[in-house]
Amino acid sequence: MTEVHTSTDVGAALTEAPSGVPAARSASHGSTGSRGTRILGVISLIGLAFLVVYAFVVSKADVELGESIRIMYVHVPTVAAAYLMLLSNAAFSVWALWKRSTFADLAAHACAEVGTLMLGLTLICGALWGRMTWGAFWVWDARLTTTALLFLMYVGYLAVRNLPASARSRTVRSGILGIVSACLIPVVNRSVEWWSSLHQSRTALGTLDPSISGSQYFTLMLGLVVFSVLSVWLVMHRFRLGWLQEQLDTHGVDDAIELRRAEAAQPS
Amino acid sequence: MTAFTAAITTDTWWLIIASWVITLGAIAFYAVSVLRRGRKLSEQVPPEARRWM
Repeated sequence: MTEVHTSTDVGAALTEAPSGVPAARSASHGSTGSRGTRILGVISLIGLAFLVVYAFVVSKADVELGESIRIMYVHVPTVAAAYLMLLSNAAFSVWALWKRSTFADLAAHACAEVGTLMLGLTLICGALWGRMTWGAFWVWDARLTTTALLFLMYVGYLAVRNLPASARSRTVRSGILGIVSACLIPVVNRSVEWWSSLHQSRTALGTLDPSISGSQYFTLMLGLVVFSVLSVWLVMHRFRLGWLQEQLDTHGVDDAIELRRAEAAQPS
Repeated sequence: MTAFTAAITTDTWWLIIASWVITLGAIAFYAVSVLRRGRKLSEQVPPEARRWM
C-alpha cells in the first residue's frame, strides 16, 4: 500500500532531517512579502485611512441619497475591484489554457479568490444600502440577481479548484469556468439599462455627466483607487502563497524520495 | 455638527457603520489569513524557490 503524504508532512520531514543526511530544506524564516508589496501595503493603509476620513467627515450627505451615500463609498469600490479581479482571472485563464503556464494558472486563482471576496462584500453592502433606501435587504431585481449569480459562479470556480485532480485537469476545468463566468460581467454591468431596475443607474463611472461632484466625487474616486491598489496587494500575496504550495507539492515529493534514498543507503 | 455625528444620530446609522466594519473587517481577516499561511509555507520552501525575495 502506498503512503499518502500531504505537503505539510513532506515539509515537516524535510526540515527535520536526521543527522548525517543533508537537509533538503533549511528551516529558514520567510514570508510572501517583498519591497513592492510592502510599498503597496503602506499605500493601501494610508489610502484607507484617508478614505474613512473623507467618507465620514469631509463628504456631506447627498441631496437624493442622504446619508446612504457613505455606504456607496465602499459599495462601488468593492464592485469595481471585483470586476477588475474577475476580468483579470479570465485573461490569466486564457493565458494558462493557451500557454499551459503555471504562473498564469496560479495568478488566475489568486484573482478569482480576491474578486469573489470583493463581490461578496459588494452584495453585503448593497443589501445594507437597500435596507436603508428601499426598506428591504433583498429584492429580486435584475442587478442584484445577476450579481448574486455571478458570485455563485465564482464560488463554484473556487470549489472546482479544490477538487482532487491533476494540475493540467485543474487548469483546464477552472480556466474554462473562469472564462464562461466572465461573460456574465457585461450582463451584470448593463442589467440596469437592459431591464427595468430598482437599482440606480451609473453615478460617476462610464458617464460624461456624473450626478455627483465635489467632495463626494473625490471620495468615490479615492475609494476606487484605494480598493484597486488593495486588491492588487492581496492578489500578489495570494499568488505567492499558491506558488509556495506549488513548489512544495512538486519539489517536496522529489526531495522526500531523495531523502528516503539517502536514509536507505546509510549502513544500519 | 459634522457629517459623522449627523450620520450616527439617524436611525439607520448602524447600517452605514455595519457596511464599513464588515468590509474592512473581512478584508483584514483575509489578508492576515493569507499572510500567516504564506509565512508558514515559506519556512518549508528554500529561499531560491521564493523568487520574489
